[in-house]
Amino acid sequence: MAGFGGQGIITAGKILGRAAVLYDQGSAVLTEDYGPEKMGGWSKADLVISEKEIRYPIVDKPDVFLAMAQDGFDRFHETLRPDGRALFEKGLVHPTREWKRKTSFIPALKAAEELGRKVVANIVMIGALVELTDVVTREAAQKAILDSVPKGTEQLNEEAFRKGGELARGGAS
Amino acid sequence: MLDSRPVLTGEHFVKGDVAVMEGAIAAGCRFYAGYPITPSSEIAERASQRLPLVGGEYIQMEDEIGSLAAVIGASCGGAKAMTATSGPGLSLMMEHIGLASMLETPCVIVDVQRGGPSTGLPTLTSQGDMMQARWGSHGDYEIVAYAPSTVQEMFDFAIKAFNAAETYRIPVLVMADQIIAQMTTKLVIPPEEEIETVYRPIPDVPAEEYLPFDSSYLVPPMALAGTGYRLHMTGLTHSDAGYPETNVPGQEALVPRLVRKIRENEEKIVEVEERLVDDAEVGLVIYGSTAGPGWEAVQAARKEGIKAGMLRLVTPWPFPRTPVRRLSEQVDAILVAEVNMGQMVHPVTEQAECPVHHLGLPGGRIFHPNEILRGLRKVVT
Repeated sequence: MAGFGGQGIITAGKILGRAAVLYDQGSAVLTEDYGPEKMGGWSKADLVISEKEIRYPIVDKPDVFLAMAQDGFDRFHETLRPDGRALFEKGLVHPTREWKRKTSFIPALKAAEELGRKVVANIVMIGALVELTDVVTREAAQKAILDSVPKGTEQLNEEAFRKGGELARGGAS
Repeated sequence: MLDSRPVLTGEHFVKGDVAVMEGAIAAGCRFYAGYPITPSSEIAERASQRLPLVGGEYIQMEDEIGSLAAVIGASCGGAKAMTATSGPGLSLMMEHIGLASMLETPCVIVDVQRGGPSTGLPTLTSQGDMMQARWGSHGDYEIVAYAPSTVQEMFDFAIKAFNAAETYRIPVLVMADQIIAQMTTKLVIPPEEEIETVYRPIPDVPAEEYLPFDSSYLVPPMALAGTGYRLHMTGLTHSDAGYPETNVPGQEALVPRLVRKIRENEEKIVEVEERLVDDAEVGLVIYGSTAGPGWEAVQAARKEGIKAGMLRLVTPWPFPRTPVRRLSEQVDAILVAEVNMGQMVHPVTEQAECPVHHLGLPGGRIFHPNEILRGLRKVVT
């Protein structure tokens, strides 16, 4: 998962990892990487989710690639497995013409703005990711969101999660 | 999960850096002095958040020399104390690792290794401080070091490190690395009553009879500053009473004991993990974050018909001489894989009865299991 600092990419990684480990009783390892800038630099969360113990924590060839910024696409799109799935923020990521992978474009930022806070765009993306893949269960993701977000924002984040699922189901593109 | 319980029993999804600090607090650590440095800074951050909540103290010092000095002082006052750093800071701590050894002050130093030499690779991994951990300070002393391979072991080994430090009155190192310290994964913290902790031996004689470095003990009882016992502590070679005795009899009475308290307890301290070694024809020796890829490689080798076995150095120091020698008597060759240009391969070679090969990386990344598998193939042909 890649994007810009401030978009909540690493938070998204933490939420999905918590969901896998604490609520789906699986294994997950999250590693983070980011540019040297204090604000607005590139940011990446690598997440391995498995039913078995994870002995090698590095993500070389992801099965799922989520990008919320063009820079994230540019840097990491070549790593996605040929049969992998991509989720891109619709307004911010524009793949090259050669891009042929199974891809969903999710207008997460627009949806978040309509909900009143664009910071929840990452939660909209998680909603879409959970809808389109089986990395974690819906229930686990919901619980992990609730215990990760600031108090008082639970309802907003639940809305954002639900909206993401809806956009994905509607075949947003 | 910020609360005032010292032991946060339950399941967590946290970084290794957080896990090692929680392990330390569970072991009874109540003092942290440090100078934050990547990739260990989250340990200082966690200490600064949690220690005040459990009745402890956190202090950010002017540098790493001052940090370990403050830790030694706190330990002399009775606190279980620690610091954490990375390679450049460990270099600065060498002077006071020697002092802690000489004053027999229990303390724990977590070294989150990153690529070196010098400031090297601040954000990327390495296992390049293994020899410095053992030999970095001048003079003769013995060190105990644990090498965690998982986030869970960051927690578990922090407890072991404090227990060894308190049992033998020595500085103990936790040799972590950037990968283990900064990955976020599952940590299970057991119930408080299941965590075994040790506190240093303290004197039960009247103050006037007390000798702070009583050489009739291997590990003399340690009076705590401020409890009525008279203490004189010096880095100079000292008598049983603690006063300078900078001559041959003084040295011969003190330094061999400092060394013997570890050497004579080596079998109690040394820990290894052995997997598939019983019928192995080639041995893989690894430690720390190389263990994960190493185990994957051993399993892959077995599928190809290569009878590989793995020996993991849980305590790189004291060096597990007996397990390595035993392995070497059984296998045709040993491969040592480590993220440095050749460090723990040296004590392995010293002990081994068979040829020893080395697979190294200069730092920045860990091995892919396939790289170790290719190394094993090469060794058997």
